[in-house]
Amino acid sequence: MSYIKCENLVLGYEGTPVAQNISFEVNKGDYLCILGENGAGKSTLMKTILGLTPLMNGSIVYGEGLEKYEIGYLPQQTFVQKDFPASVWEIVLSGTLSKCGRRAFFGKAEKKLAEENMKRMDIWTIKKECYRNLSGGQQQRVLLARALCASSKLLVLDEPVTGLDPKVTVEFYQLIKDLNKEGLTIIMVSHDIDAAVRYASHVLHVEKEQSFIGTTKEYMQSGFWKDIGGGAQ
Amino acid sequence: MMEMLQFYFSYPFVRYALIVGMLIALCSSLLGVTLVLKRFSYIGDGLSHVAFGALAIATVFDLTNTSLVVMPVTVAAAILILRTGQNPKIHGDAAIAMLSVGSLAVGYLVMHLFSTSANISGDVCSTLFGSTSILTLTKAEVWLCVIMSVVVVALFVFLYNRIFAVTFDENFAKATGIKTNAYNMLIAVITAIIIVLAMNLVGSLLISALIIFPALSAMRVIQNFKGVIIYSAVISVFCALFGIVLSIVFSTPVGATIVAADIVMFALNCFVGRMLRK
Repeated sequence: MSYIKCENLVLGYEGTPVAQNISFEVNKGDYLCILGENGAGKSTLMKTILGLTPLMNGSIVYGEGLEKYEIGYLPQQTFVQKDFPASVWEIVLSGTLSKCGRRAFFGKAEKKLAEENMKRMDIWTIKKECYRNLSGGQQQRVLLARALCASSKLLVLDEPVTGLDPKVTVEFYQLIKDLNKEGLTIIMVSHDIDAAVRYASHVLHVEKEQSFIGTTKEYMQSGFWKDIGGGAQ
Repeated sequence: MMEMLQFYFSYPFVRYALIVGMLIALCSSLLGVTLVLKRFSYIGDGLSHVAFGALAIATVFDLTNTSLVVMPVTVAAAILILRTGQNPKIHGDAAIAMLSVGSLAVGYLVMHLFSTSANISGDVCSTLFGSTSILTLTKAEVWLCVIMSVVVVALFVFLYNRIFAVTFDENFAKATGIKTNAYNMLIAVITAIIIVLAMNLVGSLLISALIIFPALSAMRVIQNFKGVIIYSAVISVFCALFGIVLSIVFSTPVGATIVAADIVMFALNCFVGRMLRK
């Protein structure tokens, strides 16, 4: 049994299919990178896994103790968030909301979880700072801490290094790699093909008709890797 | 001056106006923060125009209790705006603009064609800019407003953490299993209800001011969400109180005076915010 098992997915929006024949599994401890050209359906696939977009066809089965909503999600920044007046503490704490059930307010357990994850991401000292005043790298750490509050099993990251400067990008990838070593399963949608093959254990390359799924090694020997422009240097 | 105020406060209708004014200011400021942050500042404006159109039709049919028509129509419009806002083909702003000017035009047209009153422009003016009707509130209307306000505040307090999550990041909230559509719907419905209640106070053209100004003022100064909510509620209630008292003393229009107080408050907070950042 695997965390997520997808079979014969058809992806699309508003009734128009974008990509089909997508079958893959995500197992515990995997670091899966989803690659593909713009408009190939990477984001749609991710949103389908998260339950944000309805599935057009095929099946997704969540297993091995992973509940459907037990996924930590690191979305791309929205323009609403750029000037949002919220403190780091408020944002991270909101990640624990799914653990509150029907309760209206956060309990001790939720607050402790938020504190742990903030210390883990090294943002405990800035907990009272306002989100809109932080640097891009700090903002990503805040959102990552929030995602960790929502799940200790699986993280889904949507092009997480967009807009970060090179030094912070390297640090961020290392952070994700460390989390993966600690036992978290990672699914990352990415444009950064070189970083993908350097860090990921598996690659899913989304194409219209037939997608590629396999280990990073297999991927680098395949035609897909050349098509996307990998190994050009 | 104090004697004059004391003299006015001895009348129950003045006390009613103050109570209702402060309650509406409180409710609208609570919602305002969420609406402004979700880029829905104009939903208030759009819905109030719809309410104007509905009110015009209800008046023409000579209904004694106009809110029986106005309330459901406005709530329906709120839901419609929200739904079409999610449709990528018609954007949220276009949906609001269409509904808003459309119902304004139809409302005025209907009033003109079928009105039984001799003073049409007076009627229109008082619905648009608020009339003296806040000073003619009956006890039943005051109670209705009190009950509605208690419901709105209670809902807001109990759902506060979820409203924050949905406002800050709808996709994340949805991915962790929060029913975001239900919360959006709830916010829209409550907005519609507050707007209908507030029409008596400031008139349909000025309601947006009650919704956006306190929120914008608070966001200039405060750096966390809870603080913004509390501070915007405080300044909104204060401006309503101050505005009503001023309008009684200087016999100015109630709605416009409250909004003017909100504008001055906004300018003050802009200034303070700039000083704090230095």
